[in-house]
Amino acid sequence: MSTTTPAPATAPEPQVFVGRSYGIDFGRTLTLGFSRIKYEVRAYFRQGDSVFFTFLFPVVMLTIFSLAFSEQNFGSEEEPLTAAAFYLPGMLAAGLLLSGLQNMAIDIAMERSDGTLKRFAGTPLPIMSYFIGKIGQVFVTGVLQATLVIVVASVAFGVELPSEPSKWLTFAWVFVLGVTTSAVLGIALSALPRSGKSATAVVIPIALVLQFISGVYLGFSLLPVWLQNFASIFPLKWMAQGMREVFLPASFEVMEQSESWNLPGVAIATGLWLVIGLIVTRITFRWIRKDS
Amino acid sequence: MNTTAPVVQVENLRKTYGSFAAVDLVSFEIQRGETFALLGPNGAGKSTTIEILEGYRDRTGGSASVLGVDPGKGGLDWKARLGIVLQSTGESGNVTVREQLTHFAGYYPSPRNVDEVIAAVGLETKASSLIRKLSGGQRRRVDVALGIIGNPELLFLDEPTTGFDPEARQQFWQLIRSLKAEGTSILLTTHYLDEAAQLGDRAGVIAGGKMIDIGAIDELGGAEARVPIVRWRDNGVRREERTHTPGAVVASLTADGTEPAGLEIIRPSLEDIYLQLVSDHAHASEVENAR
Repeated sequence: MSTTTPAPATAPEPQVFVGRSYGIDFGRTLTLGFSRIKYEVRAYFRQGDSVFFTFLFPVVMLTIFSLAFSEQNFGSEEEPLTAAAFYLPGMLAAGLLLSGLQNMAIDIAMERSDGTLKRFAGTPLPIMSYFIGKIGQVFVTGVLQATLVIVVASVAFGVELPSEPSKWLTFAWVFVLGVTTSAVLGIALSALPRSGKSATAVVIPIALVLQFISGVYLGFSLLPVWLQNFASIFPLKWMAQGMREVFLPASFEVMEQSESWNLPGVAIATGLWLVIGLIVTRITFRWIRKDS
Repeated sequence: MNTTAPVVQVENLRKTYGSFAAVDLVSFEIQRGETFALLGPNGAGKSTTIEILEGYRDRTGGSASVLGVDPGKGGLDWKARLGIVLQSTGESGNVTVREQLTHFAGYYPSPRNVDEVIAAVGLETKASSLIRKLSGGQRRRVDVALGIIGNPELLFLDEPTTGFDPEARQQFWQLIRSLKAEGTSILLTTHYLDEAAQLGDRAGVIAGGKMIDIGAIDELGGAEARVPIVRWRDNGVRREERTHTPGAVVASLTADGTEPAGLEIIRPSLEDIYLQLVSDHAHASEVENAR
């Protein structure tokens, strides 16, 4: 470091910088993006309430349902199914929504109101690196969360996990697509709350309603057809459906809409929401609202 | 770009919100290596001006150039050469002081050494503490540390020492002097006249969005404003005389051998001059509005 360097030594720097644009430096954007992921994940696990309400929530709910309905058979006479097995796919889908949409929307709204984004606006941090950090954080915490849910379901409640590699392949793409879509929609949704304080009040009801109508807490086949159709507009229903294909017995397929797991539908609907989220983010996201 | 060009050049800068002019035809320049202080009461337009130059706000009119770039269009390479200490601090801060500085250092092409910066702001003993557990003054020092970590050519300091105790302020001044010695150009806004006097090479006084005076710190208000005042009491009546020759006035008062009551010679401090400037301006605006 040049603590004792006199003024003239810094004078030639302007020439060095002229014509050098960080805006198109992908290597730097990626490097900083990974640095952001590390920073975000570390801060996430130090935040007690986010760890409880988004990270552990699906495990807690799975445990409650499994214990509350432990005497009930969710399958048929010939093919019985425990509550834990029945709720596992829904909880995994809920985890995608909580880690992505709910966590992101609240987190970014808070960062906007507490001055974090304003500070970034004054540094050479590319917006893309910030997004990589956010989506990476959701991905890392989402993977850990899903692993925890699956391990608890299997070890504590004896849920039989699929053995076919094809099922796990489906799980992988539904998870990756779902977690990315959910994170991007969370970033888009973060523009909605007018302040950090109102963020939880705006975001949590949206997430909660989606969970109830998308087959997370209530069996989707139990809902009236018009509500099933309404829920089909949103991506959570499709993520849950994809998870059911992986974890429920084949005999459950007839209970789905159109009596099919409809994996292409899962990919198309979720992918469409990903594109919508990207477009909304592209149009609405700013470090700061100038002149506010 | 030539190296003798001013680092900041502002001409007839205007910022209006509806019919209200927050900044009204403000002009000034900052030379390379210079520390320029913007003084003024709350709501005078200091922060609006500095935030336009930082790229946070768009201007309504006039021209502005910061390090040769229009601040409304500055890119990441431009931001890499700036250090910004905003007026308000915040942030939940679930990271330690060292983690935060190490992370931010990574944003810049040639950052300062993290431990040296921590030492410079006097937070060595708090380096491993979470930022949210620090006191207000300590968090402010983290803000300052984040402002200088990128080794900026131009540093913006918006009321940097608000909430500092006197000792912390002295330390902060020392830090800024060492940055000056390295050739960093600085734009400072402050409420504290002593701070402007300690750090500033030149100062501008803003009131009601207008630059009402600008110049070297020891020339603000003009020579007349610095004329000493001789005060005494004459049969219980307070008298005063502004004079370039206070000694002669005192000599004439005591010529008949009497000792004048309550005799004092006052040289207006920067604060007196500043308050006079601001109140003159307020008075002038009132007269104008009354018309």
